[in-house]
Amino acid sequence: MEYAFLSPIEIAARTAEIIAPYLALEGPAMPMLHAVQAAFGFVPEASVPVVANALNLSRAEVHGLVSFYHDFRHEPAGRTVLKLCRAEACQACGSDRIAAHASAALGIGWHETTPDGAVTLEPVFCLGLCAAGPCGMVNERTVARINIARLDAILEAAR
Amino acid sequence: MMRIFVPRDALAVSLGADDVAAALRAACPDAAIVRNSSRGMAWLEPLVEVETPYGRIGYGPIDASDIPSLLASGFVDGGAHPKRIGRPEDHPFLARQTRITFARAGLTDPVSLADYRAHGGLAGLTRALGLSPADLIDEVVKSGLRGRGGAGFPTGIKWRTVQQAPSAQKYIVCNADEGDSGTFADRMVMEGDPFLLIEGMIIAGLTVGATRGYVYLRSEYPHAITAMNQAIDVALREGVLGDSVLSSSHAFHLEVRVGAGAYVCGEETSLLDSLEGKRGQVRAKPPLPALSGLFGKPTVVNNVLSLAAIPDIFAGGAAAYQALGMGRSRGTMPIQLAGNIKHGGLFEVPFGITLGELVMEIGGGTASGRPVRAVQVGGPLGAYFPPALFDTAFDYEAFAARDGLIGHGGIVVFDDTVDMARMARFAMEFCAIESCGKCTPCRIGSTRGVEVIDKIIAGDSKQLALLEDLCDTMKFGSLCALGGFTPYPVLSAIRHFPEDFSRHQPALAA
Ligand SMILES: Cc1cc2nc3c(=O)[nH]c(=O)nc-3n(C[C@H](O)[C@H](O)[C@H](O)COP(=O)(O)O)c2cc1C
Ligand code: SF4
Ligand code: FES
Repeated sequence: MEYAFLSPIEIAARTAEIIAPYLALEGPAMPMLHAVQAAFGFVPEASVPVVANALNLSRAEVHGLVSFYHDFRHEPAGRTVLKLCRAEACQACGSDRIAAHASAALGIGWHETTPDGAVTLEPVFCLGLCAAGPCGMVNERTVARINIARLDAILEAAR
Repeated sequence: MMRIFVPRDALAVSLGADDVAAALRAACPDAAIVRNSSRGMAWLEPLVEVETPYGRIGYGPIDASDIPSLLASGFVDGGAHPKRIGRPEDHPFLARQTRITFARAGLTDPVSLADYRAHGGLAGLTRALGLSPADLIDEVVKSGLRGRGGAGFPTGIKWRTVQQAPSAQKYIVCNADEGDSGTFADRMVMEGDPFLLIEGMIIAGLTVGATRGYVYLRSEYPHAITAMNQAIDVALREGVLGDSVLSSSHAFHLEVRVGAGAYVCGEETSLLDSLEGKRGQVRAKPPLPALSGLFGKPTVVNNVLSLAAIPDIFAGGAAAYQALGMGRSRGTMPIQLAGNIKHGGLFEVPFGITLGELVMEIGGGTASGRPVRAVQVGGPLGAYFPPALFDTAFDYEAFAARDGLIGHGGIVVFDDTVDMARMARFAMEFCAIESCGKCTPCRIGSTRGVEVIDKIIAGDSKQLALLEDLCDTMKFGSLCALGGFTPYPVLSAIRHFPEDFSRHQPALAA
């Protein structure tokens, strides 16, 4: 993620470059926000006016978009984002126990990041792997049939 | 050259299929490792298959650490091994199915157009290109196809409305938001047979006069996004998509758009707002999306499975499709067996099979080995059924008659450790998290619902009447089915499992 070394002015300039390829699309807002988040790991405050300007929206409207969709973050996440599925089919396979173990081991709750910036814990509602629960995602990688041992290995690698 | 198949399906990959493929590549440098689609037998994934003179022989579930023992047992010739399952198509789980939408599942390389053609692909589109708009509609109407996204609305009627709407620009939008827990058939189509969906969308375009399509695909499906984009690139290059579909005078352009983690964006009007770049809030109907949909233009919005059924309806004829099923539910349904189930996966059959057959015979009961206590059918807005109702036939009307719904065809199995008061609480919590915020009964009612159920769990069973009132308000005062149907899981849990709502006794005062 590149944001750490950039000033707000640089972020704004980078944002303009990132969103340029999407300007010609029909309904470009979502692809733009995805691209911004992919580059920075979240949607920085300094990106908002740039996106708003490109879309002919107010800043408040862009904030409205970012806050409506669960995927978009207002602030940086940990180096590893651990998403655990909370939906029914995974619950039927004991996902609550997996989530409780992760939360206790990391000392954080949902949507929180460990103080050392290593891990962010997020809920996800179904990954379509419901015949092999409990499931989750470690950054971009999906994992199924998570048990305590597999979870511990994931957490160990993330530290 | 010897061919070995290792699925690229997300479920197989989530269980180590990429490592298995890499290990096989290293161990068998002379073999071609094909990344095929999944057969849909989840408990056997990763299912490795090897081509032999007697057909393909399957081995599963395979971990990379199994490779040495597989090689030692001569698996390249189909040799004996504890994980050998024989020819997958002879497996009872597959032999009992009527696979139409999933006819190619496991057989092909999903992004090989040559494979797709060799297995019957593009026959429907080729026939459709020779039909008049009136005949195209006729075929869809006659098939009896009803929308597979949940509501079961007749697809032919929807398409006719869009066909008859005068407009220079119309759209085909594929609803690939598949947010229901316990469902993954859309994902398997997009990862395993993406050309099928592309073909269905092109036929939809031909029929209604639309030249542009969008697949609104949830961000939780990274493998499906990759496969769809790869297939669209191939289809463009090979002249299936583009300005001249299969060298005809028809154009069709297709693009994937990725969602951003909002369940409500599966609701069609909310989905359209999201595609337009707005907050995904539900629109009041009318106007129907068929008349005023994406950017105000006439728009077909269909589920992945509805569109994926279309090519076979044209290839095999509406009559053949219509001949399957029961009552007003025609054709096949790709049913998804999920949760705590021994043999989970994808089971495509004509409508009419009973819930009990699905859960007990085909699914083999729970994975934990404990008794089945409840199953939720149709996702988070679907009712919970006890085993006493396992004679219910898989059919839109039969489920409605028992205050349930089949929705997108997901069945989630729970064993006897489930606490149904907690599941009712979760239904309300999910509604509160995912509500688009437009109507008060949904937005506020669901949060109140969580609080009331918490009191019940704490021992105050007098709150039950209040909970039922709240459900009534949500049912009748909500604009869409998120607020309107959340009462189904809640009320069915109370009705069929009342003991879970009274067993929590208040702590005695010391
Ligand atoms: C809250 C909510 C979520 C929905 N989610 C989906 C979904 O993920 N996929 C889908 O195809 N339909 C979903 N629907 C149904 C759609 O609104 C719509 O009926 C469907 O896309 C129409 O396509 P069909 O006729 O092919 O079923 C949802 C409806 C509601 C109210
Ligand atoms: S019922 Fe809920 S999700 Fe549906 S429109 Fe109303 S507030 Fe939005
Ligand atoms: S419910 Fe967890 S993956 Fe579907």
